[in-house]
Amino acid sequence: MIHKSAAEMAKALTNGETSSVELTQLHLDRIAAVDGDVKAFLHVDTQGALDQARSVDERRKSGEKLSPLAGIPLALKDVLAQKDVPTTAGSKILQGWLPPYDSTVVSKLKDAGIVIMGKTNMDEFAMGSSTENSGYGPTFNPWDLTRTPGGSSGGSAAAVSSFEAPLAIGSDTGGSIRQPAALTGIVGVRPTYGAVSRFGLIAYSSSLDQAGPFGRTVLDTALLHEAMAGHDPKDATSINAPVPAVVHAAKSGDVKGMKIGVIKQLQGEGYQKGVQARFDESLQVLASLGAEIVEVDCPSFEYALAAYYLIAPSECSSNLARFDAMRYGLRVGDKDGASAEAVMSATRDAGFGREVKRRIILGTYALSSGYYDAYYGSAQKIRTLIIEDYAKAFAKADVLVSPTAPTTAYKIGEKVDDPMAMYLGDVATIPVNLAGICGMSLPAGLADEDNLPVGFQIMAPAMQDQRLYQAGAALEAALLTKWGAPILSQAPALKGA
Amino acid sequence: MSSLSRDDVAKLAGLARIEMTEAELLELSSQFGLILDAVARVQEMDLSGVKATSHPQPLENIARADEVLPSLSPEAALSAAPAQEDSRFRVPQILGEAE
Repeated sequence: MIHKSAAEMAKALTNGETSSVELTQLHLDRIAAVDGDVKAFLHVDTQGALDQARSVDERRKSGEKLSPLAGIPLALKDVLAQKDVPTTAGSKILQGWLPPYDSTVVSKLKDAGIVIMGKTNMDEFAMGSSTENSGYGPTFNPWDLTRTPGGSSGGSAAAVSSFEAPLAIGSDTGGSIRQPAALTGIVGVRPTYGAVSRFGLIAYSSSLDQAGPFGRTVLDTALLHEAMAGHDPKDATSINAPVPAVVHAAKSGDVKGMKIGVIKQLQGEGYQKGVQARFDESLQVLASLGAEIVEVDCPSFEYALAAYYLIAPSECSSNLARFDAMRYGLRVGDKDGASAEAVMSATRDAGFGREVKRRIILGTYALSSGYYDAYYGSAQKIRTLIIEDYAKAFAKADVLVSPTAPTTAYKIGEKVDDPMAMYLGDVATIPVNLAGICGMSLPAGLADEDNLPVGFQIMAPAMQDQRLYQAGAALEAALLTKWGAPILSQAPALKGA
Repeated sequence: MSSLSRDDVAKLAGLARIEMTEAELLELSSQFGLILDAVARVQEMDLSGVKATSHPQPLENIARADEVLPSLSPEAALSAAPAQEDSRFRVPQILGEAE
């Protein structure tokens, strides 16, 4: 049962073949068996999950009409506040914090009857691309436990790819949903900025952050997308418009006559051979399904990485000022006579990890008087040029595509002392965030040289998220026919399973 | 090549209210040259006449009716406080600090 899709599990629940309690218990058992090796979860809420499951079963028994994913278990990235459940954002500064409120995403999941099994590991405050920057140790890629699952939502991606959960939620500031989806062989979507409420999403870079769904199929991902999106008066940047018809698009999956734009700047040099090969192959598949492939030029994308690593640290240096040891979280050095400033500085030293400190210092520098125009100011102008490049490209194509990440999963520890090498992994995902549009990564197969998953990225204009699912579902179906079985069936078995 | 000295990093760390060990200051100052060179690429393009974008959406103020809505109780709001006193957050000394 745990190897089925969420849509199939939902059907089994509706037919009475299983109950949510049974389904949840199966996944909790799986977590107990394999998470000692994978380390996807920071906290498993066994009792809370079973209580939620029981309540859904009772509502179903009483004949209540339930939402499509009612009773399905899910793994939640630890960046989203859940009332009375430990929420750390992967940081020691929030160790032991029990939020007194639910984030809007969590409220929506609860309303939909989705069972939240626990909180997943992540790079501290979502700053990282490998989950190695977690204050609680790394998560391991189920395909090869010596490798990273990507990041920052590595725990969520690893939970779904190791069958600990059929669905998960991540957040994507520079690729943190799409890149781990690519590196673990699953589907991940970063919705349009403003499509999913950020209320209760612990902020890293407010103009770039967006929560989104993970699933093992395009349809599962669409079902979760629909459950978590929608206007929220509690988030001033929430878009007040209907959720795009993503489930309908995932079910129809057709690219006949669709114009697909290949971004010249996001391929070739710097991309691993096997990554490029799977990408080219997927393009041929799309062409054979009747899509028209065109090449588009986005010259300013060359500067996207540089702009991102100024804008995100600048916003983070401001956002993370709230961790001041006064109202919640860690407090260190509160001795008689110690000033508030000394306590604040000692706490932030003890509570923040290396990468978080690095980005706060970089942001403080980029925003400081005398450097502001040269760094942050220039980065904001590059952002305008990227938006214009996308506008021109979308005039020629319905969706744009690229490999999701330049390489497959790399070894734990390989890039941890070389921040620039780590940052380069985000080169293909970052432009989407800077422009506030939407993107999906779905499996394109395994790279010949290392037998590890490769992600295919699809991008669409703001609030045209359904196009991702329409193209994604078509590609997924064609590749499945070609492979004969889902990509995850090729992953090695985990010990204890 | 750009660089930031150990003292530059110490000053920034002070502004950001992060105490740092000597080893951390030296590590960051040794890494910053490379990072600054990489991000300084934003200055390579001709950006004259280009408007700055701070946010992907045209932001506007949103007002709601001035009504009392349910909110956190004082107990809930204080539930995670590192220290509290008389239903208030207790904080270290903030006045009379030596500059």
